Amino acid sequence: MTDTLMTAADAGLLSCHSCSLLTEAQAGAHAEQHCPRCGSSLHMRKPNSLARTWALVIAAFICYIPANLLPMTAVTSLGNVQEDTIMSGVIYFLQHGDWPIGLVILLASIVVPLTKLFILIYLLISVQRKSQWRPLERTRLYRVTEAIGRWSMTDVYVVTILVALVRLGNLASIEAGIGAIFFGAVVVLTIIAALTFDPREIWDNMESTNDR
Amino acid sequence: MIETSNLIACHECDLLHRIPVRKGASCVSRCRRCNAILHRSVENSIDRTLALTLAGLMLFIVANSFPFLTFKMQGQETQTTLISGVVGLYDEGKWEIALLVVLTTVVVPLTQLLIQLYIYLPLKLNRIPWLMAPVFRLAGSLQPWSMMEVFLIGIIVALVKLLGMAQIVPGVALWSFALLIVTLAAAAANMDSRVVWDRVEYPR
Repeated sequence: MTDTLMTAADAGLLSCHSCSLLTEAQAGAHAEQHCPRCGSSLHMRKPNSLARTWALVIAAFICYIPANLLPMTAVTSLGNVQEDTIMSGVIYFLQHGDWPIGLVILLASIVVPLTKLFILIYLLISVQRKSQWRPLERTRLYRVTEAIGRWSMTDVYVVTILVALVRLGNLASIEAGIGAIFFGAVVVLTIIAALTFDPREIWDNMESTNDR
Repeated sequence: MIETSNLIACHECDLLHRIPVRKGASCVSRCRRCNAILHRSVENSIDRTLALTLAGLMLFIVANSFPFLTFKMQGQETQTTLISGVVGLYDEGKWEIALLVVLTTVVVPLTQLLIQLYIYLPLKLNRIPWLMAPVFRLAGSLQPWSMMEVFLIGIIVALVKLLGMAQIVPGVALWSFALLIVTLAAAAANMDSRVVWDRVEYPR
């Protein structure tokens, strides 16, 4: 191929996010343009993506603190009540030899959300500093955050199932704790944060030096 | 003016590509700069998606009608379905989590299946469903919020967690769940969005 590298933005084209149709950007038009085929609103880049992603990442970090400090579950067994946080649940499994399950919860509830938040922060800073370092690898990092986020929901589902199954009053019952609400908020906020980040911004910084 | 109808821009790096000519066989085209998937073209996409959607709807009904786990302890037993789990959380006052769980495991997957039926059944009969473009767009934007496969991992973790405490019996719904997840993934992999978008009439 002898094509030069040209982006839709260079050509003055708006790419529809849901149906991929290319539409010419109307110069000077203040009204929002809509895709003629599917009706979604069109933008050159996701609007205010850096500010929005930062806001969501910071909100997720704030919710992550009570999510870890407050109990996820309160287990009543023969009249005794024991409250478990995410970390105490993991330690319980590791000590009782159920290490595969402990590992699953450790990955889903601690490793995945933190990895995702730190990758997003790195991507945000690198875009703001107009970094030209390894755009391909940074785009891959973005794909990782998009793919792994949903798996953090595991613990929320575990709590739901435990609450539904174990309800024999004082003999044995499990209640969801306040920590579970904050943890659910962390998962939702990080998924939205990954959706508002625009990976095309990583490549926009490259084009100023590309010999087109 | 540039002729745009045979071009596509990469969603992850904005690079323009010519839309590859459809060769009949299923294939994936990727961006030559960032390797993102530009498009997945699938042979017989309408037939395959429709078949998997119908199978998915049947499995969905079974998975939600029967208990997936039974918990037995000292002569007492409780059973749970997905809905009873959500209702339990709601009764405890944890409506935020109840809402999150019911949306991601019941409402979103069911809406997606119904939308697929609404779009692919008329297409199979060579008709265009009413409001096809906005309805299909809705299905696409729901995609990140369908989390049935994560729910299955949740069931497995809960099952192992309770094994030491009481007797746990997996129910028929558990197997339907597992099959439903495979079916949903297969339906998503066999959907060729261009087949739908190419049939939308719009002013050029």
